[in-house]
Order: sequence, then structure tokens, then C-alpha cells
Amino acid sequence: MNQQEGYADEVVKGFITWSIVWGTVAMLVGLLISLQIAFPQLNVPPYLTYGRLRPIHTNAGIFGWGIGSFMAFFIYMTQRLCKTRLWSPGLGRIQLWLFNITIATAAVTLLLGMNRSKEYAELEWPVALMVVVLWVIFAVNIVMTIVKRREEQMYITLWYVLATLVGVAILYLVNNAGIPVSLTKSYSAYAGANDANVQWWYGHNAVAMVLTTPPLAIFYYFLPKATGVPIYSHRMGVIAFWSLIFMYLWTGAHHLLWTPVPDWVQTLAMAFSIMLIAPSWAAVFNGYYSMEDQWHQMRDNYLTKFLIFGITFYGIQTLQGPAQAVRTFSAFIHYTDWVPGHVHMGALGWVSLVIFAAIYYSLPKLYHTEIYSVPLANLHFWLAVTGQLIFSISMWIAGVQQGAMLNATNPDGSLHYSFMETVVELYPYWYMRAFGGVVYFASMLVFLYNMYKTIARGKAGAAQTA
Amino acid sequence: MFEKKPVILLLLAAATIMVGTVITMIMPFKWINDPKLAIASVKPYTPLQLEGRDIYIREGCNNCHTQTVRPLLSDTERYGEYSKAGEFVYDQPFLWGSRRTGPDLARIGAKYPDAWHYKHMRDPQSMVPRSNMPKYAFLDRPLDTSLTEKKMKTLNFPYTQADLQAVSGKSEMDALVAYMQKLGNDIPWRQSQQAQVVGEAKNPYQDNLAVIPEGKKVYDESCAQCHGKDLKGEVGPPLIDLDKPDAQVFNSIFGGIQTGGMPAFGSSLGKESIWKVVTYIKSTHRR
Repeated sequence: MNQQEGYADEVVKGFITWSIVWGTVAMLVGLLISLQIAFPQLNVPPYLTYGRLRPIHTNAGIFGWGIGSFMAFFIYMTQRLCKTRLWSPGLGRIQLWLFNITIATAAVTLLLGMNRSKEYAELEWPVALMVVVLWVIFAVNIVMTIVKRREEQMYITLWYVLATLVGVAILYLVNNAGIPVSLTKSYSAYAGANDANVQWWYGHNAVAMVLTTPPLAIFYYFLPKATGVPIYSHRMGVIAFWSLIFMYLWTGAHHLLWTPVPDWVQTLAMAFSIMLIAPSWAAVFNGYYSMEDQWHQMRDNYLTKFLIFGITFYGIQTLQGPAQAVRTFSAFIHYTDWVPGHVHMGALGWVSLVIFAAIYYSLPKLYHTEIYSVPLANLHFWLAVTGQLIFSISMWIAGVQQGAMLNATNPDGSLHYSFMETVVELYPYWYMRAFGGVVYFASMLVFLYNMYKTIARGKAGAAQTA
Repeated sequence: MFEKKPVILLLLAAATIMVGTVITMIMPFKWINDPKLAIASVKPYTPLQLEGRDIYIREGCNNCHTQTVRPLLSDTERYGEYSKAGEFVYDQPFLWGSRRTGPDLARIGAKYPDAWHYKHMRDPQSMVPRSNMPKYAFLDRPLDTSLTEKKMKTLNFPYTQADLQAVSGKSEMDALVAYMQKLGNDIPWRQSQQAQVVGEAKNPYQDNLAVIPEGKKVYDESCAQCHGKDLKGEVGPPLIDLDKPDAQVFNSIFGGIQTGGMPAFGSSLGKESIWKVVTYIKSTHRR
């Protein structure tokens, strides 16, 4: 009955539901660790300390919330753009199970301190192997569906889907290479500056292949669906696609400016980071120009609001990022709170707003009903944007202030402030950030309630017709 | 053509991704592994230090502490000599980190005596009142040494039976402190960096009682953790009734006393504040 179009949508529903669950966990842990920074007595050693919880926050956010919903929408969009059923719905169901087992195992092992220490690649080798199997199952299913499609043309969304599948595979395999000591302990295959360079090649391209290309795939699919107007320029999307996936890979070392990694690698990273503004903003302009005579939708259509604010945050993000990738600016703000402020504009502003829009659009359709409450969706939107801005802006100010204090010198050339004197000044900003987190989490609760009610209504409707 | 050929698109996308990957990820291995960058005095970890490093990783210390000093004034004045590629050749994984919620630790080795670390690790706020570091008192538990030898073999680090025996009976805290004390200490930078003050060895505030409250404030913030609130000593020796000339006390604070574990405060406090502290410390004698 739910398969009336012949699409394997049960697995899509499963992924949407579970990505929301893991997203809620990620935000809850994020809130807890932001409070731990402001109030250190909230650390409960050995398990509930900032050092052990932060990787759970990032992994649940990137892999649980991010990858989980991307899996949902890749399956959803691919079937529709190919006008065919998922190649193997059975494999899809196995994928959903394995996904949840993997994320749960990841959370437990990280809590126990089984941690490879490389950012966003913390999972010990048996768990990392589970991720690899998961990704292979996913990639085979999607690629086979595309190969067997009944629509000759491949829309730009599918290009981003394919690039994501191959990009993540290369990155993950190379950076996770390790030498096991036991089931729960391994060492990186690379040492020192080599390891650092491999890690940030991975780390920054996780931003490309997980937090940029999948949301762009979703954006290009759902913006026309939500607004009823086509994308302004498919050709601009295509040019941006090739230049984006070409240039991103050169930029990892902008995380390593002023470190012992070779200077020429840093300089290339700096130059390509600046060049990335072009393909990034091509997507932004594509979004804006599509809206040409449709701007009234920002008032009338809550989905448009989510998508256009999302792409706007992406635009700001891709200007701020290249600025930070310049040596002089990096010297000032790197290692300060500026960077978490930047990251969360991307995570909470760009990626999450686009995912929310996709869920709002697709979930009612999957359950053959209407959204439970548009006013609640609007409330969700405003709380989310407010919470995120409080978070990011307070962190930017904190970063600039700490950077300035760390660089202040006395007339005799000695440093004016000790490190601790700069830390003391950050507490008020940390209170603000935690408050911003509370507001964002409140928006998430509104979203959860709205989606719960929507699904309940859909099920009630189905029971009536049955 | 690509919009109709998914397999070709997939292959071309992979090739596109590989260009930057080969140039900026694979090629640098040759540069970083250049024998010219090797530093002969850099030694692999001992079993105890390696176990300490693994605890550092397990507790996620790298989420708040970096381990690279950049060649920038604000870094080198604060932490010491900037980091060299050759210093990290035994670091699998690297632990440079990405956020300094706490200070950089690349040059922490030998900055403080062991006793400072034990006290600080158990209760950071007792040493640094407004620190937001969690308390790690639970590390005072026996170290699991069942994998130690296997770890040394896995990483091809040399060791003797005596090295392995030195690990047994140690606590996790012992291992972590041993690791801390090794960090950044394999190149002789402290000796070459020790600041010497030439001339102006005369206290500008001698007998100027007005600066004593200021001196006491600096003392409470930077010295009391080791020498005690009332100067009676704890990690460091007592300073009450210190019978040494002002200039000598100034030099000890400014440049540190390496053999005694006294850190140098010249770069973080500056001359003026140090003279005020000297005046305060000596005032307890003159009283």
C-alpha cells in the first residue's frame, strides 16, 4: 500500500526516523559538552568527560544525523530520478540494521575510550570495518539502481550522489589505515607530519564529500520540488560540480597552516581554498536565481525558507572558510573558539536546515498525509536560526577576543596575558553558546513533535482506508 | 555525454578527486620523510611513555590540547621553540589537535616537576583556580600492562627487559606524567632559550611598599600553586625569609631554574611584574 509507486520507501522511512533519533542524541551530547566547558564540575570521570564525549557528539552528528539522512534521501531521490525501484530493497533493509548497529557500537566504544584520536576517524578498526561494509552495500545498491534506470538523463543530483559514493570510499579507506594491536587498539599506519597531512586531507574532504555534496544533491532536488520552479541553470550546476570536486581535495592543509607540514602544501591549500569560492557560490547563485520572481515564497512557503536560508548559510560559510584558510588570518583565529563557531554555522545552519526541508517535504508524502502543523514548522525554523546565530556569533567574538589577547605584547616585547588570563575571559561566551544550544535543541523538540504527529496522522488515515 | 553514462561519470569523478589527492596528500610523503629533516636526538617512546601516550589518546586529551608550536611570536614566547617535522617521526598517530581550550603541550616536558603534574592532574583547579579541565584523579589506578610488549613490537620501538619491568606496578597516572615529561624535550631547546638578563639588575621598586599588593596579586596567580599561598612551599621550596639578593631572585623567575624544575616566567609575566613579585617576596623577609 505504501509502495503504490513501486518504490522501496519503507527503508527510506526507517533511515529518516533513525537519523532523527541520532541527530537528537548528537545535539543532546553537544549541549552537555558545551555545558561541561562552561561548568567543569559537570564532567563525571571516567566516562562522562569532555574528552570522551566530544567524539561521540561529532560522530553522532556527522555519521548518525548526516550520513543517516543522506542514505534516506539518496535512496528516495535516486528511485524517483531513475523512475525505478531500488535495485535491492532487501539489501536496503540490511543496510538500515547495520547502520544502527554501527552507530550504537561507535557510541559505546568511544565512551569506553576506544579511540584512534584522529578527528572524525576515531572509531577503532573493527567498527571502522563495519562502516566500510555499510558503505559498500549502500554504494552498490545506489549505483546498480542508477545503471538500471528508466530515465536516460541523469539529473545533477545523481552526479553529486555518485561523487559522494566514490569520494567517501577513497577518503575513509586511506585515513583509517592502521596497525592493530588487539581488537580494541590500533595505531595509525602513518607517523607525525605524514599522519597529520593524511588526516586533514581526510578531515577537510569529509566536509566536502559528507557535508557539501550530499546536501547539494538534496538542495538541487528539493528546491524545485518545494518551490515548483526549475533550477536556474543546469549547466552552471555541472561546471560547479566538476570544479568543486576537483578543487576541494587540494585544501586539507589549510587546517595545518604554520605546522611542520611542507610550506608548498600549505600554500596550495590556501590558494585552492580561495578558488573554491567560485563553485560554492555557483550553487548559491543557482538557488537565488531560481527564485527570481518567486521571492514571495519566503513568506508563504516554509520549505523555501529552510532551503534558501540553508544555501545562504552555505554561502557565508564558503566565504568565511577561505578567509580562515589564509595564513595571516589563520595565525590569529586558529585554535580559538572562532572555528567551532564556523563549523556550527555549516552544521546547524546549512546542512541541518536542508535536511529539515527534505524531511518536511518527503515524510508527509511517504505517509500519504499532510504535515501536522505549518505554524510549528515556522516556529522550528525561527528557533533553529536564532539558536544557531547565538552559538556562532558568540563564538566568533570569543575567538577574536582570545586571538587579540594571545597576541598582545608589553612595550618590552613580553606577552601581556598568560594563557589562563585569556581563558577566564571566555566563560561569558561559553554561557551564551550553551544558551544558543538550548534554543536549537528546543527547535529540535518542536520538530520531533510535529513529525511524530504527522506520522500518527498518516497511520490513522491508512487504518481508515484499510 | 556524462549525463547518460553513470559508470564513466563515476570513473571520471574518481580521477578528478585523485589529482589533488596525489599532489597534496601522496607526494608530501617524499618531502616530509626527507632524511635532512631527521633529528638524531629524537628518541622513540619507552614502554612507560608509550602507555602514557595511549592514556592521553584514550581520554581524548587532544580534544582540548594541541601539540604544535607555530613559528609565531605569540606561540614561541608562550610555549617555546617552534615544532619541527623531525620531532614527530615516532608519533603514530600524530596528536597536534585542532583547538586550544587548554594550552599547547608540545613543549610541556621538563617545564614543571613531576609533583606539579600529579597535583594538577588530580585536581586542576587547585593549581589553576579558574581552569575548566576535568579532574583525572581516577588515573591513580594500576596500569594495564598486558599489551605493552606487543605495542612496542607493533611500532618497532627498541626496548630492553628492564624497560618492560619498569612498567609493572605503575599507575596510569605515572605513565601519563612520564609521557608529559618527554614531550618536546628531545631537542635541547630549553638550554639555548634560557633568557639571561644583562644589566639593569637593580630592583626599580626597592623599598617601594606601594607595589607590594600588586606583587602579591601576581604571586597568587602564578606562584602560589607551587610555593604555597603563604610562601611556605609545597611542590617548590618555601620562599619565606628568602635570603638572596633581589637580582638573583629576579633572574630565577625570569629565566627559570632548569635543574630545580622552576619554569621561566620572563615571557609570560614581563620584567615589570617580576620585579613587583620580587619586591613582594622580599617584603615577607624584611617585615
